[in-house]
Amino acid sequence: MSNKEKLPETTAMLADILKSYPPKVARKRSKSMVVNDPETIPEIQANVRTIPGIITQRGCCYAGCKGVVLGPTRDIVNITHGPIGCGFYSWLTRRNQTRPDADGENYMPYCFSTDMQDDNIVFGGEKKLKLAIQEAYDLFHPKAIAVFSTCPVGLIGDDVHAAAKEMKEKFGDCNVFAFSCEGYKGVSQSAGHHIANNQIFKHVIGRNSKKVKGKFKINMLGEYNIGGDAFELERILEKCGITLVSTFSGNSTITKFEQAHMADLNTVMCHRSINYVADMLEKKYGIPWIKVNFIGAEASAKSLRKIAQYFDDEELKNKVEEVIAEEMAEVTAVAAAVKPRTEGKLAMMFVGGSRAHHYQELFSEIGMKTIAAGYEFAHRDDYEGRRVIPNIQVDADSRNIEELHIEADAKEYLARKTPEELAKLEKEGFTFHDYEGMMAEMAKGTLVIDDISHHEMEKLIEAYKPAVFCAGIKEKYCVQKMGVPLKQLHSYDYSGPYAGFQGAINFYKEIDRMAGSKVWSLIRPPWQNSPELFAEMADA
Amino acid sequence: MLLRHTKKEVYERSALTVNPAKTCQPIGAMYAALGIHGCLPHSHGSQGCCSYHRSTLTRHYKEPVMAGTSSFTEGASVFGGQANLLQAIDNIFTIYNPDVIAVHTTCLSETIGDDMNQIIGKAKDEGKVPAGKHVIYANTPSYIGSHVTGFSNMVLGMVRGFSAKSGEKTNKLNIIPGWVEPADMREIKRLVKMMGIDSIMFPDTSGVLDAPQTGHYEFYPKGGCTIPELIASGDSKYTVALGQFCSEDGAKFLENKCGVKYKTLDLPIGIAATDRFISTLSELAGVPVPAAIAEERGQLVDMITDMQQYLYNKKVALWGDPDQLISLCEFLVSLDMKPTCVVSGTPGRTFEHRMDSILASVPGAKYKNGANADMFLMHQWIKNDKVDLLLGNTYGKYIARDEDIPFVRMGFPILDRVGHSYFPTVGYKGAMRILEMILGVLMDYQDKTSSEETFELVM
Repeated sequence: MSNKEKLPETTAMLADILKSYPPKVARKRSKSMVVNDPETIPEIQANVRTIPGIITQRGCCYAGCKGVVLGPTRDIVNITHGPIGCGFYSWLTRRNQTRPDADGENYMPYCFSTDMQDDNIVFGGEKKLKLAIQEAYDLFHPKAIAVFSTCPVGLIGDDVHAAAKEMKEKFGDCNVFAFSCEGYKGVSQSAGHHIANNQIFKHVIGRNSKKVKGKFKINMLGEYNIGGDAFELERILEKCGITLVSTFSGNSTITKFEQAHMADLNTVMCHRSINYVADMLEKKYGIPWIKVNFIGAEASAKSLRKIAQYFDDEELKNKVEEVIAEEMAEVTAVAAAVKPRTEGKLAMMFVGGSRAHHYQELFSEIGMKTIAAGYEFAHRDDYEGRRVIPNIQVDADSRNIEELHIEADAKEYLARKTPEELAKLEKEGFTFHDYEGMMAEMAKGTLVIDDISHHEMEKLIEAYKPAVFCAGIKEKYCVQKMGVPLKQLHSYDYSGPYAGFQGAINFYKEIDRMAGSKVWSLIRPPWQNSPELFAEMADA
Repeated sequence: MLLRHTKKEVYERSALTVNPAKTCQPIGAMYAALGIHGCLPHSHGSQGCCSYHRSTLTRHYKEPVMAGTSSFTEGASVFGGQANLLQAIDNIFTIYNPDVIAVHTTCLSETIGDDMNQIIGKAKDEGKVPAGKHVIYANTPSYIGSHVTGFSNMVLGMVRGFSAKSGEKTNKLNIIPGWVEPADMREIKRLVKMMGIDSIMFPDTSGVLDAPQTGHYEFYPKGGCTIPELIASGDSKYTVALGQFCSEDGAKFLENKCGVKYKTLDLPIGIAATDRFISTLSELAGVPVPAAIAEERGQLVDMITDMQQYLYNKKVALWGDPDQLISLCEFLVSLDMKPTCVVSGTPGRTFEHRMDSILASVPGAKYKNGANADMFLMHQWIKNDKVDLLLGNTYGKYIARDEDIPFVRMGFPILDRVGHSYFPTVGYKGAMRILEMILGVLMDYQDKTSSEETFELVM
């Protein structure tokens, strides 16, 4: 459906969704569902508890910590401390690609667990944990071992941090650290991101101050190398002559993390999962951060220009323009070829903490309109922009997540820009910490829904019949049973990359394939198309 | 190399599990609950459990897998999850209107000690369970047993929640199929029907997790064992429990509750196990085996006769769940193949006893189950004594590629291929499919690796 006039009226639509809920549920959910106006940006409720039984997309704190943030790092032995399930389900399922050297360490294809049994629950699991760390050390002699707590660990009171510290001191040549990322903490994966960021900052970043070669040194934060996105970004940055010191955490190593403070600029992709690290790096080491977006060719070009502007180097600016021009030739050609088939079609996306925003760019590049969107685990600032941060109410669930107190490092702090340089950038309209959120870029009258429930999703699809719906694996086959193709934006449906210029090309082609597949015309059997004829034949 | 850190030397471990050959109880309970018509499984724990289980089941079936969660927060973990479960029950019945909610616990709610019977009772007292609707439960602590145990516990939960003795016996057989695919459940029902036997199968995920694409989404697909059938299971003549690990506890509970006698058999995978299944059906129901079934058996034996040379003495490594492994190993031995490495993360002494006898004729066969019986150990065994074939879930593809070993996917989960939910591996027809898959990869391997002059047209 592409004709705006035919679309249901949004306020009535929301009321219709809410009427199936018990009154208390309806009241709560109504605050998480808003009709957008990019001029005024209405307040949306986000990062609050999911209503039990409502059927949510959300996962847990452990998933955000072990699965998302630490998952893509190849040379850390990640031990899940708990019963076997959590380790099993997070084993290779997030599609983080990595490129180790021929003889380099890569533990990502492995699953390590303490496989806690009932006697560990009753008598405590610390002893088993320490032994497991020892066995991992003896078997692999890794540079680092990380421990991830699952729900029962917090309840029985195992001190994972003490165990890690003891083993680290014992080994001497292996960094051992732990995460209190029990699944029940916070209200979604988001709590796990924060906990992961804190511990990486405390135990890893800044351990290696070896000079990093390169004139323009940046970190990429919040890029997880799903489907090879990081490889594409590495390619583009290298082509521009920009040195990538570390990526958190796509295609990463612990050694790179340790050197992160040697960069001169932090670029933030997924604001939700990692803005904490960006803030802490700025406070402690003086590295400023900017928001970038490499999902979408135009967005990628804009982000490259912004990086060049920051470094204020003519040669770099010229090189960036040259790369953009070269890359955009193919991008434009593919977009033009696809557009006649996609133009005006509707998309919806309900996923993650940044993708539901960033992917709108890709759709708009092929003329598709995002009619409804929302995040799974984002906060208000990811919707409404960072300006609302001072007004966000900190509730009990967020208060339980540690906030590190960071001060400037006596030795390593270095302001990257002089006040004059900052003034010049400001005059040019350059902004730091500049995330305006999803809603500022969505059209007036579109729907924004946080932590969407299955019921809400079904209603939206029935009402709007989008050409493509984007979400995750749990939603995929329900939506496709409704005859609407679903693009997974967590796993990319085992495809990608979608970042950068080549990624944009991949995505345009992918959406073209999905929305235009012949399969959608096969659903109705021929005898349903002309029932009279077949009835006659049956009679005869 | 994908598994580049796996070395030949076996290092004894007692605390660290690496690349497990099992997962946790709740996912088994969720799968079993999907085999009740009109049922919404519910995970009483943190959100992540439910999300992980739904994701894994979805990847395996490529079908919608719906379930609710109690969404524990830190507060619920301290004060108990009663309020969350009561809310969830109310919301689920109001919004999604199932006939039954099947609650399973998690390590979190079990460690806290939430009492399911009490909370569900309270939900009923408070009017949160509408008339004619049901809430059943299973205790599935993740730190005991495995996903297989969770399946078994939910089967028991069905009996506890529904089976009733009306006083009037029927002539029906209850069939507890064990953790097999929807296609297998269909196939078992087909065989039972061919024998002319009336049966009640629970759980039954056929028609649920292999639903057709119609352009219309059914929140509760048409398949699954119905509540009247589950209730009537208490009046049946006999219960046939397929697979001791998955099905015996439920059958035993039913005997105690309603006096329905049971017989535990191996999963009917392979010729001998299917023979025992068919013979038992014939005995229990007092019916002869129809010629059509004998014909299927004959076709299977014919296929083995024809292709014997490609199977003889081939070494096989297997991993997975005990009920499957017991029947599969017996089948492989009967094909003159040699299961030399077998691991299962699921604990239980029966496995060891059965392997002792099944693998007695395979010199040097190694098998282990329970703690630290994982795919890492199996891979090390393979490095010491290479096998010709791998048989197990998708995680085997990393070993298959590194070691260049032909690989047949069977078991749970299969994340990277389709077919398992549509084409059965039980019964004689199922055994033919297993044979076809095994021969396919072994002969492809021969075609790929043979020299040009020994490349065969006819095989």
